[in-house]
Amino acid sequence: MYTQALDNPVPDDQRGPAGEAALERRFDERIERDEKIEPKDWMPEAYRQTLIRQIAQHAHSEIVGMLPEGNWITRAPSLRRKAVLIAKVQDEGGHGMYLYSAAETLGVARSELIEQLLDGRAKYSSIFNYPTLTWADVGAIGWLVDGAAIMNQIPICRCSYGPYARAMVRICKEESFHQRQGFEIMLTLARGTAAQRAMAQDALDRWWWPSVMMFGPSDAASTHTAQSMKWRIKRFTNDELRQKFIDVTVPQAEFLGLRIPDPDLKWDEPTQHYLTGEIDWSEFKAVLKGNGPCNQERLQARRTAHEAGGWVREAAAAYAAKHGGRSAQPRSASNVTSPAGEVSAHE
Amino acid sequence: MSEDWPLFEVFIRARSGLEHKHVGSLHAADARMAIEHARDVYTRRQEGVSIWVARSSEIVASDPEEADALFEPARDKVYRHPTFYAIPDEVKNL
Amino acid sequence: MTSAASSPEARSPAAESRFQYVLRLADTSLILGQRLGEWVGHAPALEEDLGLANIALDLIGQARLLLAYAGEIEGRGRDEDALAFLRDAPEFRNASLAEQPNGDFGQTIVRQCLLDAWQLEVYEALSASSDPRLAEVAAKTVKETRYHLRFSAGWLVRLGDGTEESHGRVQQALDALWRFTDELLTPDGLDDEMAAAGIAPSLTAVRSGWEQRIGAVLEEATLKKPAAARYPWQGKRGVHTEHLGHMLAQMQHLPRTFPGATW
Repeated sequence: MYTQALDNPVPDDQRGPAGEAALERRFDERIERDEKIEPKDWMPEAYRQTLIRQIAQHAHSEIVGMLPEGNWITRAPSLRRKAVLIAKVQDEGGHGMYLYSAAETLGVARSELIEQLLDGRAKYSSIFNYPTLTWADVGAIGWLVDGAAIMNQIPICRCSYGPYARAMVRICKEESFHQRQGFEIMLTLARGTAAQRAMAQDALDRWWWPSVMMFGPSDAASTHTAQSMKWRIKRFTNDELRQKFIDVTVPQAEFLGLRIPDPDLKWDEPTQHYLTGEIDWSEFKAVLKGNGPCNQERLQARRTAHEAGGWVREAAAAYAAKHGGRSAQPRSASNVTSPAGEVSAHE
Repeated sequence: MSEDWPLFEVFIRARSGLEHKHVGSLHAADARMAIEHARDVYTRRQEGVSIWVARSSEIVASDPEEADALFEPARDKVYRHPTFYAIPDEVKNL
Repeated sequence: MTSAASSPEARSPAAESRFQYVLRLADTSLILGQRLGEWVGHAPALEEDLGLANIALDLIGQARLLLAYAGEIEGRGRDEDALAFLRDAPEFRNASLAEQPNGDFGQTIVRQCLLDAWQLEVYEALSASSDPRLAEVAAKTVKETRYHLRFSAGWLVRLGDGTEESHGRVQQALDALWRFTDELLTPDGLDDEMAAAGIAPSLTAVRSGWEQRIGAVLEEATLKKPAAARYPWQGKRGVHTEHLGHMLAQMQHLPRTFPGATW
């Protein structure tokens, strides 16, 4: 899903002098042996660029993803739900940070990536361009969207690029609470009043197809997928992941007593999979192009936060410059020591 | 950009008795902020008892191109490992 | 359950006073936490999104413990959510400072620092409260508050001693919010009653500690301490500013729209 918009691939490396070709051969052999590539290792420029774009898209998705759920923090219907939601959204911010960190090891600055997001050049997962209209949407996002993300992310824990794989391991550990909290919300609603059950059903009606579309269209037509699979950046096809998601989620919906909004959904005994109705990819394309329900609002929110925060970031940088650069630190209310044990501040 | 904050690498000691391990990086304007950010980003699940941060620009790394020269020579010095030596089973405490 | 809840004492004046006092602490944490929750996804840097969210989580956690205790003292079966979501503004006992709007990051930091310094003084003293439940909550809260003050004081210094623009913004915020600090530091009858019972610290002592801490931060931040001022009404007595009503309308909407539902 973080490769949704990668189908304008970066041009292939030129086969230059023989030395370059040899390096590339060695690189391909390392990949085949399932060796991890680390930041300073030689890598084809196309590999580097593809990774930067995929990791950045993933990071942007986490950051933008804070907004639809953040929308309900002030209105969470119990203190426990409020705390859990803050923790979840906070995790998403943290995930964005781990991913920007990983991208930066490839030689690009975070500020450059943020700029690309804010001026519309970079993409993020289509799902976050949908609005959260009721409290049940918060449950649906945790259950379906995080569920889909987990499906996609677990294989990436084994991707060829070390920092990305390690970031994914960290993220996957944190992600499973996200899905559970979402499902728990849906369960509570499904077992609640008639109005709450209706709220849950309405959320499922609106989030099912966008979640299924998160995995992106069939890879058959994508040249990009083949290269990403060869480089072990992508390990399963979109269709494989989507099918797995559907097979796992349908029984969960049945347990909730909710109806999946697909009249053609049925179990296929011979293949042991659920078959679904036709996916309307025109909606997906429109959302990716910027015409989803919330694309404008999401980007505007991020632009506003970034612009409004400019004076703050400048002030912090100015303070540090005024007070000795790297070792600058406010003294008030702090104790920061060096490993050698020198206490350098006091209250 | 004047507002750009430098990159710091973060190392966390998970429990007393263990070493600090590299966990990732983050941006901060000054050292104290870097510690606070590291605490907020990397220790939310009780993953740490101690934090080190270092400016990324201060990290010196070995060159992967030199990996052979740096690390290969150690491979054939198996006599550094106890398993290289054949000691009869009857001999105790060796 | 404390004995206060089940004995005939449940409606006694002493229990009523304790109930009101605990609400003052609980509501201040709750409302301040609610304000910080508004920042998530909109902070000046990702790292600050996480930092502010952490503080919000600590504050909500404090509110939950204290509201649960308040409900037990009251003895009418109200739990943390009943108290948080079904009281109207005049029944809230938070300090007015907590409900002031976020404004820009500078205003938020000023509000936070003033309250963090106050909470630290109060909860350090409460660790020795004659009320064992409060002492227990206080022991946990002190650690959290030390970190909050470290965060907010650090930022106040950077913004005060940063650029001309940042200096101007936080000085302005300080001047505007200063009048709400008087309520935190001037005891009323309930504060005196709690202090006399050894339950709460004397606000005179709190004021002295608070002035020292804030004085040091303002100096390092190159900010001018505003002239003494007070806001005529007191949130801790249930007379709030116009902001609280709007906050509660947003916060309480769902439970009030679906009475009796479990979430």
